[in-house]
Amino acid sequence: MRIPHTLRTTPFHARTAPLMQGQNWRRWSGFAAASCYEFTHDREYAAVRNAAALFDVSPLNKYVIEGPDAARLLDRVVTRDVPKAQQGQVLYMSWCDAHGKVIDDGTITRLGERSYRLTSAEPSLRWLHRNAFGMDVRIEDVSERLGALALQGPLSRAVLNASARDAVDGLKYFRMMDNRIAGVDIQVSRTGYTGDLGYELWVPAEGALPVWDTLVKAGADYGLMPAGIWALDVARIEAGLVMLDVDYHSAHRAMIEAQKSTPFELSLDWSVTLEKAPFNGRQALAAEKARGPAWRFVGIEVDWDSFERLYRDVDLTPALPMVAWRASVPLYRNGRQAGYASSGVWSPLLKKYLALAHIEAPHFLPDTPVEMEMTVEHRRRRADARVRKLPFFDPPRKKA
Amino acid sequence: MTAANRYDAIVIGGGHNGLVNAAYLARAGRKVIVLERRHLLGGAAVSEQVFPGFTFSVFSYVVSLLRPEIIRDLELPKHGMQILPLESTVTPLPDGDYFAMWGDADLTRREIYRHSPLDAEAVVEFGRLMSLMARAVKPVLAIIPPDPTSLAPSDLRGLMKLGGHLTSLGAEKFHALWKLMTMSSSDYLDEWFECGPLKATKSASGIIGTFMGPRSPGSAYVLLHHYMGEIDGAYRAWGFCKGGNGTISNAIAAAARAHGAVLRTEAPVRQVLVKGGRATGVVLESGEEILAPVVVSGLDARRTFLDLVDSRELPEDLVEQVRRFRFRGSSGKVNLALSELPDFTCMPGVGVQHKGAFSISPSVDYLERAYDDAKYGEFSRRPYMDIVFPSMIDPGMAPPGKHVASIFVQYCPYHVNGGWTPAKREAFGDAVVDTLTEYAPNLKRAILHRQVLTPADIEQITGLSEGNIFQGELALQQLFFLRPAARWAGFRTPIAGYYQCGSSTHPGGGVMGAPGKLAAERILAGA
Repeated sequence: MRIPHTLRTTPFHARTAPLMQGQNWRRWSGFAAASCYEFTHDREYAAVRNAAALFDVSPLNKYVIEGPDAARLLDRVVTRDVPKAQQGQVLYMSWCDAHGKVIDDGTITRLGERSYRLTSAEPSLRWLHRNAFGMDVRIEDVSERLGALALQGPLSRAVLNASARDAVDGLKYFRMMDNRIAGVDIQVSRTGYTGDLGYELWVPAEGALPVWDTLVKAGADYGLMPAGIWALDVARIEAGLVMLDVDYHSAHRAMIEAQKSTPFELSLDWSVTLEKAPFNGRQALAAEKARGPAWRFVGIEVDWDSFERLYRDVDLTPALPMVAWRASVPLYRNGRQAGYASSGVWSPLLKKYLALAHIEAPHFLPDTPVEMEMTVEHRRRRADARVRKLPFFDPPRKKA
Repeated sequence: MTAANRYDAIVIGGGHNGLVNAAYLARAGRKVIVLERRHLLGGAAVSEQVFPGFTFSVFSYVVSLLRPEIIRDLELPKHGMQILPLESTVTPLPDGDYFAMWGDADLTRREIYRHSPLDAEAVVEFGRLMSLMARAVKPVLAIIPPDPTSLAPSDLRGLMKLGGHLTSLGAEKFHALWKLMTMSSSDYLDEWFECGPLKATKSASGIIGTFMGPRSPGSAYVLLHHYMGEIDGAYRAWGFCKGGNGTISNAIAAAARAHGAVLRTEAPVRQVLVKGGRATGVVLESGEEILAPVVVSGLDARRTFLDLVDSRELPEDLVEQVRRFRFRGSSGKVNLALSELPDFTCMPGVGVQHKGAFSISPSVDYLERAYDDAKYGEFSRRPYMDIVFPSMIDPGMAPPGKHVASIFVQYCPYHVNGGWTPAKREAFGDAVVDTLTEYAPNLKRAILHRQVLTPADIEQITGLSEGNIFQGELALQQLFFLRPAARWAGFRTPIAGYYQCGSSTHPGGGVMGAPGKLAAERILAGA
């Protein structure tokens, strides 16, 4: 009964813990999660873009919503047209409060006729319950009993085909299938947080270890590497994917209005369907769409020559952020602040210094020249940069 | 009369507010003397070795509301104040389980989830709203309350500022404030939570020091009052003061002394001297006279207006208001010297749980029943208790291997049927120990010494009328421009040069220091 005063561990912990070389653990939703297993994350990241990487993403919050009104509930909550989703389809979107401010983002998978699974970054049970008033629906928090793995990278398909009962060749982007690994019934969705070819595996907690073992064994022939959050962070910035509590704050946590964002301000326009049944924030979002958003979420590419010059001025070679930073960094246009970057990293693949940023109208158009603040040898400097369309990296294999 | 007996200001009462007031006046260059009746300074914020080797914060026992600007202005850390973390609250339950809130958000979430998955999320959102509300209301604590019926420019300016502040809150906060001011803490918490022990433990904040139950309207506001301390948690203003709460008083006293204030103990004041409607000084019980053009009372409103001055010097309506000002002490204190720590059945052994508080508040019904006893003139047979083990936070509080327990108990009414007698006091102490022993069976054999303090004892020792720990209940009808009385909430009195600076004045009780500081501002402004 007594709650131990230690971080929680995922169903894969018995396998991931022995891999840990540098005791580089961090917190993720109250769980111990690996920043990286090796002493540095270089090879783990390389596996994402070169071979296959295996991430333990079990700390995600997962809910199964079932019943006659399951689709109605989710459709009322999120910005996408849920009833239109076919069985086995996965939707990505955000969800908003009544004022159209984003609370969280995640995916909805249609598991069956009247059954859906929602994933979210923050616990969402209370919000689901509040929206389910008068509805015939059952909401179950399956976070604990469902482990999750992300198998990502160009060879992820080959690893899965070598491990799973059924080949995944026919599984399309943002679709889900039932499958079996090591005798354990699992679900495989073609989704992920790397912008690459990749899959997420939804594994019952009690079957976690045999599934892991089988994947790792089969993956040995394909360069599979277990990888941590540092590698994931590089990949998701290259893919231009927004992260709660890093790039934006939940409307339910924000202390002031300015800390809140709308889906349009996060450049998630494509995930907002205004022409559907009433949903939270619709009026505000319709008005915003008509008016045009005040902010956009964009890519920033730091100009190499300018960046290098700041360091040459003090007789140093440029210090590259190999581990992604998560901080608020001012961006300027014509000498005035035009926004702020919220994540940034050196892309080992693109050989560019990239950042994700919020920029105010009208400065968010692609190729707009801006300046990014950085501290070079204790002094605040500004490097030239340009607004870029996201994602930075979008290989055909992602959807092929 | 020698020059030695002449001062710029006399502060009556060496409680924390009197000391804060004196320190600020001295800091501004005034020649100040503090006159304390007892042998030690601090009022209800004192540390004493009640039993050899065992030090107790005899009355008030935690720090939560002490104003950060006072800590800075008076350099209290330099003068010995050290706040130690007191982070968790464990509520033992009758079925052998417990409910806990820890210092860490992930741990707390996991614990609350065990009781109610919905409440695990609600508690975060509730905390956010309370923090927003406390930030919204807190500026009000730092201003001298304007009189809404006055047309004086300073009052009008104050009202406009206040009105502007309230309208700037926005709908969410304004509506929440409205509810907090009108609802009972139980009803308000019902809107948020489903877990009984959680609601009970939170609602306990709404009844501390008041003669209200968790279902009494208005108790929700008191809940917010106590939340205000927590928003300073970021600067670690919330916690346990090393050496007990007397260390805070001593630090303030040291600051006052450093600025030149004279602090006299065992110097009880008999009366304030008034000539032609002006205060001119005081006369001590010994007959000694001390003169000053400014006399500040840190005592409660009843003593300030009805005891220290001839009530004929005051308007009849003020006398009437002060007579009606509600004290109704409702809480007692039991201090234990222990040979070993209580071993709680719900969480066996000695551990991190003893470094935080234990709350005996298993359900709202339990608290309300405890109130029912008090309503009809009895102490609660099974009271609400807030228990800390100061020796687990500061090892200096007890001999090595031994411990002290500080037990805040409610309800323990001042007006008990038949009056307080030594036998009744011990019966009250027995009820406390018996109730606690149900949760920690080794308690009785661990008790080396016990000190039981009823409101009558608190009144007798500290002088607080009816033993009210806040110098008058924190109830809406006695707050802000009505504390302690309409038109006299601005620290002045009808007697020129006679001021009030105790917790009977805005913004009220708790070891906050704000009344002392605000009164000093008023005095220094010459108003």
